[in-house]
Amino acid sequence: MMSSNYKSDFPVFGAYKDLVYLDNAATTQKPRQVLEAVEKYYREENANPLRGLYGLSVKATDAYENAREAVRKFIGAKSTKEIVFTRNASESLNLIAYSFGRAFINEGDEILVAISEHHSNFLPWQILAKEKGAVLKFLECGRQGEYTEEALRAALTPRTKLFAAAQVSNVFGRINPIKRFAEICHENGTLIVCDGAQSVPHMPVDVAELDVDMLAFSGHKMFAPMGIGVLYGREELLEKMPPFLYGGEMIEYVTREGATYAELPHKFEAGTVNVGGAVGLHAAIDYINSIGFENIVRREDELTALAFGKMQEVPYVNIIGGESAVCHSGIITFTIDGVHPHDIAAIFDSDNIAIRAGHHCAQPLHQHLAVQSTARMSLAFYNDEEDIERFIKTLSTIRRRMGYGG
Amino acid sequence: MADNFYNEVLLDHNLHPQHLHELSCATCSNAGLNPTCGDSLTLHLNIEDGVIKDGSFTGVGCAVSQASADIMLDLIIGRSVEEAKHLCRLFGKMISGEITDDELEELEEASALANISKMPARVKCATLSWKTLEQMISEIQAAE
Ligand SMILES: Cc1ncc(COP(=O)(O)O)c(C=O)c1O
Repeated sequence: MMSSNYKSDFPVFGAYKDLVYLDNAATTQKPRQVLEAVEKYYREENANPLRGLYGLSVKATDAYENAREAVRKFIGAKSTKEIVFTRNASESLNLIAYSFGRAFINEGDEILVAISEHHSNFLPWQILAKEKGAVLKFLECGRQGEYTEEALRAALTPRTKLFAAAQVSNVFGRINPIKRFAEICHENGTLIVCDGAQSVPHMPVDVAELDVDMLAFSGHKMFAPMGIGVLYGREELLEKMPPFLYGGEMIEYVTREGATYAELPHKFEAGTVNVGGAVGLHAAIDYINSIGFENIVRREDELTALAFGKMQEVPYVNIIGGESAVCHSGIITFTIDGVHPHDIAAIFDSDNIAIRAGHHCAQPLHQHLAVQSTARMSLAFYNDEEDIERFIKTLSTIRRRMGYGG
Repeated sequence: MADNFYNEVLLDHNLHPQHLHELSCATCSNAGLNPTCGDSLTLHLNIEDGVIKDGSFTGVGCAVSQASADIMLDLIIGRSVEEAKHLCRLFGKMISGEITDDELEELEEASALANISKMPARVKCATLSWKTLEQMISEIQAAE
């Protein structure tokens, strides 16, 4: 399949002909199909949804609820009651920590977090543990970013209420065996919260198949606009969780003394919601489906293998994590001897190549690996061989451009 | 864009810093941190009678922060604390693009970092050592 077909769907590549965009783990570019759907919504269907008693508001409500149904189907949830719209993965994870955590985590309980978690799937638990007098424990990974079942079993105790782990690490790009982890957790009576921010955009994710209790992800990392995210939660679990934010839309009946709350999922969606964002996410899902995950995964794996192989040949470049390309679904984090990652990113930028540098919001992991910071290239299916070639070409010149001879 | 500011002066100070070492005779040391880059730098000075007799820095960081610290020390060693304070002000003016040509000359090699103002994300790297110095001077002067 010719990759250039895909780039033509993304107007940004028309606006910047020379741009090589390799920061897809931070956010992806947006295809015309998504931009047009959002514009059409605001042009033709905009009204405050869920409350208006007139035709246009009904259209807005339908647009919003159709998006919810599209998400449900996309991740294999049983019911749209299990799909809560949020701003992003971070908000989804915070929602769980505030709502579930404050209601059900008690003093002395244990929360287990994988060491490679993004701060968004770590800080909410750290704060919760502090507030509740619970114990925060870490599941450590090996040098290749791998977690073993034995280590997980050993880390779980009768007091472990919850285990938080990403399906794909935003530093290693490694796919964690979440299905197995969920089984092990459930045998122990532990809930599993899965951060799908880096997996849902790039591979088929089915919550029934994985059997996770909760899943969080962001629209903007899967070709949708910024400001729309998803929390999936098992219905029985969401049902017993108290609301997160209070206000309009999430109530059933309010008196001076109290209130009863709306049905799921509205209980968790206080205030006017982001219909434009949800419509964009719906369009992004349709777009992904029109290309098909078989093609997306194949293409991203091909490009990852190409980049990984060539990077290994560049002297002084060290790849973080797995020693083979298959451990790096679309994400390759690296360092260059003697060159600080921010200088690496700046030199790439001068060749119009966008990559990320820093700690990638995973400082505990960087401490665990004993590296200060790293550089990261991350792909999407719309990247092509030429992008990789240009990336490698610049990579090969960086030490020289930083004044090292030879 | 980046190639403009990775000029020879900057690269040379980054690869061959004169002042990157401990300083046993230090009379004061201050740590500075730039969380975005993960640059962390400690400045050591030996100050006698209001004059900076010697100085060094330790720590790790990107080329911009390391070179900037080295260039700064070149410039301030042998000068009075008051002069160093003045140079810090000038450096700040240069980074915010408000400096006159005459003032730029006073900054000598530090003027090689002028282009940083075009890379907002890197301004903190360039100013880290200077801010640390300013902080140190104001603490010293407050204690007097
Ligand atoms: C693994 C992972 N989790 C969570 C997040 C947070 O996503 P957001 O900033 O959209 O909330 C990111 C994105 O940076 C991520 O890579």
